[in-house]
Amino acid sequence: MTVSGWATIILFAVILTALALPLGSYMAKVYTGQRVFLTPLLGRPERLMYRLVRTDPEQGQDWKRYAGSLLLFSLGGWLLLYLIVRTQNAFYVPHALNPLGYKSGTWNVSFNTVSSFVTNTNWQYYSGETTMTYFSQMVGLTVQNFVSAGAGICVAAALIRGIVGRSGKTIGNFWQDIVRTILYVLLPISIVGAIILLSQGVIDNFSTYLTAHTVTGLTQTIAMGPVASQEVIKELGTNGGGFFNVNSAHPFENPNGFTNLVEMLLVLVIPAALVFMYGRMARNRKQGYAIYGVMMFMFLGAVAVAYVAEAHGSPAQHAAGIHTHVISGSTGGNLEGKEQRFGIAGSALFDTITTVTSCGAVNSAIESFTGIGGAVPMANLSASEVIFGGTGTGLYSMLLYVLLAVFIGGLMVGRTPEWLGKKIEAREVKLAGLGILITPLAALFATAMGVATKAGRASISELGGVHKPQGFSETFYAYLSQANNNGSAFAGYTGYIQPNAGNAGAHGVTFADLLGGFDMLFARFAPILFVLAVAGALAGKKVSPAGLGTMRTDNPTFAVLLIGVVVLVGALTFFPALLLGPIVQGLTGHLY
Amino acid sequence: MRREIVTSILAVLVITVLCGILYPLFIAGVGQVAFPGNANGQKVYVNGRLVGSKIIGQSFRRPVLEKNGKPKEEEEEIVTEADPRYFQSRPSATEGGEYNAAASTFSNRGPNNKSTEEADAEYLKEYLEREKPYDTGLTAAAVPVDAVSTSASNLDPQISKANALIQAHRVAAVRRLPLSQVESLISKYTSGRGLGFSGEPGVDVLELNLALDRLTGGSA
Repeated sequence: MTVSGWATIILFAVILTALALPLGSYMAKVYTGQRVFLTPLLGRPERLMYRLVRTDPEQGQDWKRYAGSLLLFSLGGWLLLYLIVRTQNAFYVPHALNPLGYKSGTWNVSFNTVSSFVTNTNWQYYSGETTMTYFSQMVGLTVQNFVSAGAGICVAAALIRGIVGRSGKTIGNFWQDIVRTILYVLLPISIVGAIILLSQGVIDNFSTYLTAHTVTGLTQTIAMGPVASQEVIKELGTNGGGFFNVNSAHPFENPNGFTNLVEMLLVLVIPAALVFMYGRMARNRKQGYAIYGVMMFMFLGAVAVAYVAEAHGSPAQHAAGIHTHVISGSTGGNLEGKEQRFGIAGSALFDTITTVTSCGAVNSAIESFTGIGGAVPMANLSASEVIFGGTGTGLYSMLLYVLLAVFIGGLMVGRTPEWLGKKIEAREVKLAGLGILITPLAALFATAMGVATKAGRASISELGGVHKPQGFSETFYAYLSQANNNGSAFAGYTGYIQPNAGNAGAHGVTFADLLGGFDMLFARFAPILFVLAVAGALAGKKVSPAGLGTMRTDNPTFAVLLIGVVVLVGALTFFPALLLGPIVQGLTGHLY
Repeated sequence: MRREIVTSILAVLVITVLCGILYPLFIAGVGQVAFPGNANGQKVYVNGRLVGSKIIGQSFRRPVLEKNGKPKEEEEEIVTEADPRYFQSRPSATEGGEYNAAASTFSNRGPNNKSTEEADAEYLKEYLEREKPYDTGLTAAAVPVDAVSTSASNLDPQISKANALIQAHRVAAVRRLPLSQVESLISKYTSGRGLGFSGEPGVDVLELNLALDRLTGGSA
């Protein structure tokens, strides 16, 4: 561990908060229909878009109609993306956008990939530079990076309206929300972010792959592509699907320490801002600060554990006689699967950030993290990604936990639970409970299928080992990640076998592709329905003034209660599985 | 209901045009106009020949030649050995040979795997065998971790300064340069941390090696 390592972590938290506060106020204005500084520029395109899609944005929707619009929109996106990746080499794809003549992916891996991008997961059984054309990356995947993130934010905004609303049944208009999200939030930040990344060396071109002849007489082929435009929304929308196979570890995606910082900020800035937006829209900013405090506390704890564990080095390194302490001019630690320019702290921080959110981008190989270091991403996922979480998904999942905590707190002190003046009753608690439990259920069920069946075990890597803790960790991580719509991986786990670049002669692993695909769809859309149902149930309730007996939800006591609820639900659900994989490895120096 | 379906289809199409065509083309345009070097991959040429990208790591091993002058092959892969005139990059385990930048891959070596230990021990042995004849005091305790582990991308363009300073002994001896001159070149091609705190300093291997070639003449 080094001073600069800890400084990176602290300064990151400070800069993040400084950026998220103003963005939160800005977004609160966007979702309550107030003028913002971009309105003069974007008002006209916004109205044009409503006309083009033939909708009346002012028409309020109840929760069922809101959910219906969201589901239809996602289905449309799913179908278009499937069409695009299955016809990669069709006649209408210009040669410039498929310079290497790649064929289409197989049906099973395409099902997995498409489900993964539509659900904001971006789980990748395929490898970008050897399977996807520039056309698929740009017209297909980039678009879903925008809209899947946008849909999550819409749901969060709708839930907040339900919680704080006094207007009866409506929780907003989905078409208005999605258009505003893209025009006022995602596109402007993406454009600024992409230009910053370009200035630092992230590539963006449509050239064919380069062939270099090195000074020692070898040849090297170098993959190219329109990277910067996708890179920025990959982070900003907590999507995480890398243009290249190795994601943000690739020098063309993440060329230096500065871009690493920028990308980490892009990942967390919207999830953090949404918490402040909630406080603003609730007309009580302290509500937001309390939740922010809870998230930041748990986040910094996770980062610290990961950093200490990775700085210590791995049992395999020590057994091989490698010294992993800091020496002059070297950071030491478990640098296996990590880049020199990010070092231990920059890698531990990045991978913690992308696993507390639903991003799942990585700048280092999680499979090569030490047992305890690798347990941190798993623990983050086990907490159902409420520590900041994905764009929108994080806040709405956390608000379900808040509702649960209000209910439990109410029971403990023997009063009718109230949240921002609204009575919490059986219906809301049931819906919230179901919404919270679906993701763990999907993760554990699929993991059990993955390790208990022969077809499932076929995906475990040779290095991981079918009957070894690492093999179990790979499987568990795969389904935990897909159920949480995260997309990071112990990347040895495989669902696609490709002997040559370009998909010719390749085949998917049907069992893993379908199990994962359905897992992602179920764990994305079922909770969204419950969340919108909660929003609908709350929207119609009367607001009673707070009295002396009201339990407050904006003070440190409540924050501690909330942490307790999150940790308890996560720990009770996942502890047995965590023990079998990473914790076993973390507690021994034994090699398998 | 029908109205909603029509709106959904139109919305998917309109947003695809906006985010999938207009936005990426705009960004690509900005890249090509404002940052053409970066946007096209920071290509490095020597005497008009493309030798690599400034920020993509590459191998500085050379083909082992048979007696007839042809490169030796085993199982359809060219056999290579470290070229002693050059600083060596980190170990790389991309498929299809080291530093295959057409197909980046993680090595996915587990922290408690026997196979990881074996690979690490092999890297350590090779490194000591290569550098110890020139840096006689070198022990395993002084070998920095980056020299004996694969990176995340397996395309890491950098090595640590500690690693470079050890290799400097060999490079200086083989090229008959004063050690201090090689060391000052290392400092010249060491990049700092982002904003002074983010990340770790590293030495750009390709640029350093090309600077050495310019100094003493290389194979290029």
